Amino acid sequence: MSVPSYWREMPQRYRLEAARCLNCGKISFPPRKICPSCKERSFETVQLEREGKLLTFTIIRVAPSVFTDQVPYAIGIVELKQNVRILCQIVDCRLDEIKSGMPVSIEFRRVSEDGEAGVIHYGYKAVPKDH
Amino acid sequence: MNRDVAVIGVGMNHWGELWEKSLRDIFVEAALAAIDDAGVDHIDAMYIGNMSSGLFNGQEHLASLMADYLGQSPIPATRIESACASGGLAVKQGCIEVMSGMRDIVLVGGVEKMTDVGTDEATFALASAADQTYEVYQGVTFPGLYAMIARMHMEKYGTTREQLAQVAVKNHYHASMNPMAQYPQKITIEDVIHSVMIADPLRILDCSPITDGAAAIILCPLEMAHRFKNHIPVKISGIGHATDSIALHTREDPTALPATTAAARKAYKMADKKPEDIQLLEVHDCFTIAEICVLEALGIMEKGRGGEAAASGLTWLDGKIPVNTSGGLKAKGHPVGATGVAQIIEIVTQIRGEAGDRQVDKARIGLTQNMGGSGGSTVVHILEAAQ
Ligand SMILES: [Zn+2]
Repeated sequence: MSVPSYWREMPQRYRLEAARCLNCGKISFPPRKICPSCKERSFETVQLEREGKLLTFTIIRVAPSVFTDQVPYAIGIVELKQNVRILCQIVDCRLDEIKSGMPVSIEFRRVSEDGEAGVIHYGYKAVPKDH
Repeated sequence: MNRDVAVIGVGMNHWGELWEKSLRDIFVEAALAAIDDAGVDHIDAMYIGNMSSGLFNGQEHLASLMADYLGQSPIPATRIESACASGGLAVKQGCIEVMSGMRDIVLVGGVEKMTDVGTDEATFALASAADQTYEVYQGVTFPGLYAMIARMHMEKYGTTREQLAQVAVKNHYHASMNPMAQYPQKITIEDVIHSVMIADPLRILDCSPITDGAAAIILCPLEMAHRFKNHIPVKISGIGHATDSIALHTREDPTALPATTAAARKAYKMADKKPEDIQLLEVHDCFTIAEICVLEALGIMEKGRGGEAAASGLTWLDGKIPVNTSGGLKAKGHPVGATGVAQIIEIVTQIRGEAGDRQVDKARIGLTQNMGGSGGSTVVHILEAAQ
């Protein structure tokens, strides 16, 4: 991954910055230039709440090269409180404890390591709550 | 001008790991077979479905390269990309060119040469059909995306592990009668549910393979079809095409495929057909769960009950609505850009009555559904015997 593209995504990966439509209130993550619901073009920047529930998930056993050192790992779709969905890994728990519908919180973690340059990529991951 | 379009020629090669053949070789082979099958002495224009020759072969500018090696320069040639739906979309564009009156004889081909790179590079190339920044970055794979759909379908509707497996068993059985298929071996439910886990709950035998292959068809105005070889002319009577978010997690119901439903609605309307009029289908079974969800999205099965289709025998060759008589992506193979064109070939072959051991009795109306990524694009065609 190139440095400019990684740098450009930092507000989303580090701070979960999203855009709230000033007309209908729909939150888009990542931010968009035009609201998919009402076509409004003005937004305010908001941060996503770091709590939600797991909708569905899988355990990746055959991974792309930058993730092979992590297999097997869980990844799933999380619905956050503001009705926004993200896709991310589920960590800090045994794989057989993961269940659809479980509450999770979103935390800042290391996502992958670029093999050639050794650059570490950060972002968000889900951690089961009450754990 | 708005002319009806007929498919007057079809051609493909035996699909598989074709190490001895190059990207241009496999395309030209299939294209020449289609030209000979149609009995045309020239073509006026060409469309090529191809997902990623840049990543698989380091080769772009594909349309001109293929027109040259097919001996057809300087005809206009256009490469079409919509991930795994590239082939189906190329067919749509070819139809538009004929319907509009712009050209008369149009070759539509699809090609993908996937085994020139290692599995890792192939996985990377395929993953580029998903959202790089918000899906692939997190470590998800295509089997992983469909696995999440499968888990949701199972938990929401009670679809079973065995029902998923039945899709693979059926499609391998169909492929056993298709001499062009990459994996014509019959398999059992036991084979599927004990095969290697890739992304829970999907196992290796739930997944379509990596394939080298090409397919080509010749289109012309229906009113001109009688001038060429005396095949039963097959009319493309319905065309539908729709898009959706390419990121699975942003879709309201990840088990639904709204682009497929929208594309099908348009195709049914254009052909003046209802789901119950369709006698056979070729659908995008890139994973076993995909065939289940697609049959629901097309209105062939009720929402949530797609798992019953293969398990009850309904979609087998001798069932009421045979699905993927070619073996589907699962067993015929899935050279991504060629798939949508090969689906058309199977329906044409069935309507002509030339499908051999896998012939569907009195096949006259068929449907193809070709899908990109996890459902971000879909092209549907309805084909009918024109007499
Ligand atoms: Zn809005």
